[in-house]
Amino acid sequence: MNNKLKPRRPLKEKHYWEEWTGRIYTSICVVFLIVVMFSIVYFVASKGLSTFFQNGISISEFLGGKTWNPTGEPAFYGALPFITGSFITTLLAALIASPLGLCAALFMTEIVPGKGKKILQPAIELLSGIPSVVYGFIGLSVIVPLLRSIFGGTGVGIAAGCLVLAVMILPTVTSIMADALSALPKGLRESSYALGATRWQTIYRVIIPTTLPALLTGVVLGMARAFGEALAVQMVIGNAPHVPTSLLESASTLTSVITLSMGNTTMGSVHNNALWSMALVLLVMTFVFVILVRLLERRNRV
Amino acid sequence: MKAKTVDKIATSVIVVLALFIVIILLGLLGFIMYRGIGHISWNFLTSAPQLLKGGGGIGPQLFNSIFLLVLTLIVTIPLGWGGGIYMAEYAKPGKITSFIRLVVEVLSSFPSIVIGLFGLLLLVNQFGLGFSLISGALALAIFNLPLMVRTTEQAFRAVPKEQKEAGLALGLSKWKIITSILLPVALPSLITGTILASGRIFGEAAALMFTAGMSSPPLDFTDWNPTSPRSPLNPFRPAETLAVHIWKVNSEGIGPDSKEVAAGASAVLVILVLAFNLSARWIGRVVFRRMTASK
Repeated sequence: MNNKLKPRRPLKEKHYWEEWTGRIYTSICVVFLIVVMFSIVYFVASKGLSTFFQNGISISEFLGGKTWNPTGEPAFYGALPFITGSFITTLLAALIASPLGLCAALFMTEIVPGKGKKILQPAIELLSGIPSVVYGFIGLSVIVPLLRSIFGGTGVGIAAGCLVLAVMILPTVTSIMADALSALPKGLRESSYALGATRWQTIYRVIIPTTLPALLTGVVLGMARAFGEALAVQMVIGNAPHVPTSLLESASTLTSVITLSMGNTTMGSVHNNALWSMALVLLVMTFVFVILVRLLERRNRV
Repeated sequence: MKAKTVDKIATSVIVVLALFIVIILLGLLGFIMYRGIGHISWNFLTSAPQLLKGGGGIGPQLFNSIFLLVLTLIVTIPLGWGGGIYMAEYAKPGKITSFIRLVVEVLSSFPSIVIGLFGLLLLVNQFGLGFSLISGALALAIFNLPLMVRTTEQAFRAVPKEQKEAGLALGLSKWKIITSILLPVALPSLITGTILASGRIFGEAAALMFTAGMSSPPLDFTDWNPTSPRSPLNPFRPAETLAVHIWKVNSEGIGPDSKEVAAGASAVLVILVLAFNLSARWIGRVVFRRMTASK
């Protein structure tokens, strides 16, 4: 082969260098990941916090203010409409997607294990492969007109947003729940059947309670995805800057406002900084979701 | 008797809802193809978009998407595979390793828009790269790295222990074992993982709006000099990708046929992503057969 040993170089030295190139190279890759994560947190936080420390907007005004009018005189920087918009769409999407995902997971693991997996697994994988802008496009050309013809009005709003999000997070929720269910020791299931319990009693009384933390992990990860999703929601939610009072009313989320306004504001202006503060809220929520998942995993291990 | 009725009802509800998901998927795919496929033609795939008139295509966007994917993979493959190898082979269980795991987990849960904003701040403004392919590729690399690290780690952990032990018994160095024994065995899963990640990169838009930009300069496809501003190969030019284009056409398209353009472009995007998914499986299988002696 090519890498013949050079005559004057002892074997031991070559090994030594080989050992260290590998160790150093892979360590650099990992250190890079750590540096990237911390610089994301640092840059977004320093920009997002300057709204409060440099521009003198109080945190309570930002988080609790109901008026968003950054170009008015006087300007208002209340982000509450967007924060509520984000939370409502995320919660509703999870509320729709979790039971559907649970049924799909049960179908795959409990009801028709072999065949169910063959039908549903590819469907779930394909659903997760569809890009979010395509979901937005479908939302805009199917869900919005549908809602318009059923309920009247414009059709855009929270309802359209959370329906699109629900389909988007369905693959995440389903695949994690299916993994959780199939990881359950067989003995539990069999002893329940041996006692004469029906399948539903087994599912309802044995399987769901024992796998609950893992099932909830699926829901939380789905919510994390829904909370951060930008474009699909922005296309169907209507983007009106007020606290929504009905599901069919046009509203905004944190991500949709950032998407729309970031390009039109100058760097360093108060308006721009306020948008960065919203990005910081997204970042903080990511950490909340990660912590939730970790807590659930810990409960799962016991 | 009553428990049995409940059981039957519950079972049928579960079956109906599970099949409902299949129906959603078939409906989605059917709708995208039905709306879009009639609009796809050679002209649509190659010509430049028109702002006000009808009849525009997606040629530059398609090229940008593919080029951006190549650039991103050039950045992600060495870093992602390296990180994954560290986690699988060098990391010892302990505080540092669990900290790295936490970092990977956090990094993979960041919303893509936040990564786009970070790219805007650091790459576009601070480093002065501007709205360019290179900024986009670096942002997508960040978006993609955690996934890559995770799949690589899994691929290496799945290699049978005996293979490694045989290498150690021969007195090889660890790095030699990794590159010449473990890597070939893990390669099929690595390739599958990489192609699957490519599908994700291909459809990503939010991280690109603020890094690769939302416009594409008029490209001269006869100019292959990477330094000239109109050359398609110039990595420092702004580049709107297919996914960003779909978003833009849908939310601010004013041309008379913007709906059709959006439908056609969505169909192209979905077809390409599906092609990535199918080829990932196929190539993984073929490489596996080549690398190992199995039939």
